[in-house]
Amino acid sequence: MNAESAGQLAWITLVVGGIITFAVITGFAYTTLLERKVLARLQHRVGPNRAGYVPIPRRGKKERRLLGGFMQPAADAVKLFMKEDITPIYVDNVVYNLAPMLTVMPVILTLAVIPWASSVTLFGIDYPYLAIAPGLNVALLFVLAITSIEVYGVVLAGWSSNSKYAVLGGIRSTAQMISYELALGLTLLVPVMIAGSLNLNDIIVSQQETAWFTILQLPASIVFFVAALAEMQRAPFDLLEAEQELSSGYNVEYAGMRFAMFFMAEYMKMIVFSALWVVLFLGGYDIPFINEAAIVSSADSTVVTILIAAGQVLSIILKIVFSLFLMIWIRASWPRLRYDQLMDLGWKTLLPISLLNVIVTGVMIVLAEEGVFNSLISAFGG
Amino acid sequence: MGNAILFLILAVIAIGAAILMLVSKNAVHSALYLILNFAVIAVYYILLNAPFLAMVQITVYAGAIMVLFLFVIMLLGAEESSGVLGTRRGQLTTALLLGAVLIGSFVAALGQIGGSAASSSVADTTPRNLAIILFESYVFPFEVTGVLLLVAVVGLYVMSSRLVKKD
Repeated sequence: MNAESAGQLAWITLVVGGIITFAVITGFAYTTLLERKVLARLQHRVGPNRAGYVPIPRRGKKERRLLGGFMQPAADAVKLFMKEDITPIYVDNVVYNLAPMLTVMPVILTLAVIPWASSVTLFGIDYPYLAIAPGLNVALLFVLAITSIEVYGVVLAGWSSNSKYAVLGGIRSTAQMISYELALGLTLLVPVMIAGSLNLNDIIVSQQETAWFTILQLPASIVFFVAALAEMQRAPFDLLEAEQELSSGYNVEYAGMRFAMFFMAEYMKMIVFSALWVVLFLGGYDIPFINEAAIVSSADSTVVTILIAAGQVLSIILKIVFSLFLMIWIRASWPRLRYDQLMDLGWKTLLPISLLNVIVTGVMIVLAEEGVFNSLISAFGG
Repeated sequence: MGNAILFLILAVIAIGAAILMLVSKNAVHSALYLILNFAVIAVYYILLNAPFLAMVQITVYAGAIMVLFLFVIMLLGAEESSGVLGTRRGQLTTALLLGAVLIGSFVAALGQIGGSAASSSVADTTPRNLAIILFESYVFPFEVTGVLLLVAVVGLYVMSSRLVKKD
């Protein structure tokens, strides 16, 4: 590859990355609205319905208001921009300002490896699969690495705020995130073992060939979902929001846009972990009951290829929305765990299950490779 | 050429972060500079076509180990150190001496292999090849390291259970 095409590649990657990141940031805004609306419906309320609507005039009656409240995120953003940006006295200035950025950045970085569609040609470049960084073969390790540095934003925000509540909240969150990272990492191994690759696209292809890993590996799928909930401090693991004990945890001293960045990181984590869960266990961009590769190769036209790619993007987005809905549903239905219950669940339930799962899966894979199952089937069936 | 420029920039950041880690008065700041240093080393691994090592470097060093460092510093409230020069007599001299020995041995080792070690190919560092090396050629040291960590865990349990009994 000569220098010119490398530079070109970098620019195109930047543009694609910019578009996907922008889409997810917009998605974050609407995730907040989705959460408020769904929570409201689950609690028999209406939810935000004033900011922005599509008026449908009706003769003789008051106009009908469609999609009431769809501009609520914009209104919230404007409100946050108008807030006074307070810096408490005696904070560690550099770290205090660095912490919100360290919280948001890793979440956006994780987006780099998530595949949105199978092979497409964009701007004259053949993508093996549509992602910001499709060349990374250790994508899953990249995810693990990023997850492990996500803790810093929380720790440093708590420490630098010069407040006991913030420090205690930060230490609590850190302990929680470290504990659940183990179960999370071990369940990440299971799809890798079945697919035989750390590349997220290979994992999706392997699911297309056999079945979605939720069907093959239901325990791993559930453990991953629960550990992800704990990792991003969502209900019922939202101990840092235990207002009666800690006011609001590590971010209690932040105001205005810097507080909004913590908020943003939280909701973008919801999207990113949903995307990971979908990619690892729900077939990723795979459209159920359709063999996309066969259609593309048999039709052999650009239009069909583009349609299939668009369908795949739509498919993964719908699955992510399903996962987000599940998270909100759980928040509306489950009471918050106590701190010792939280640690018990992480260390004494999820970790042993995921360890056992990895061992059993490994043994099964080796047995299948040795042909034990085939000989058993022929011994009993034939 | 581009790689050489990148190497120099990264080297400046890495060494600068290391020096700042030593001189900063606040232990949390020191830890942050050390994390920056580890991150730059990870980028070096990527430049050497070893993305697997880079990711492990970030997960283990910049992630797990440094989080524990920060945790301990915050729990003990040991942010304020008493300066670079240390509290014990002869600490500075000993540190400088040991540092010189370390750098000297690095230079000697580099002189022996002639500086051509940095030519690994992509195939060498795939997870599969690393696993083969780790679990076939070096399986004994690997297992010994595991046992060592287990001993540390057991020791910690014994010590803390004794403390609990006293209460």
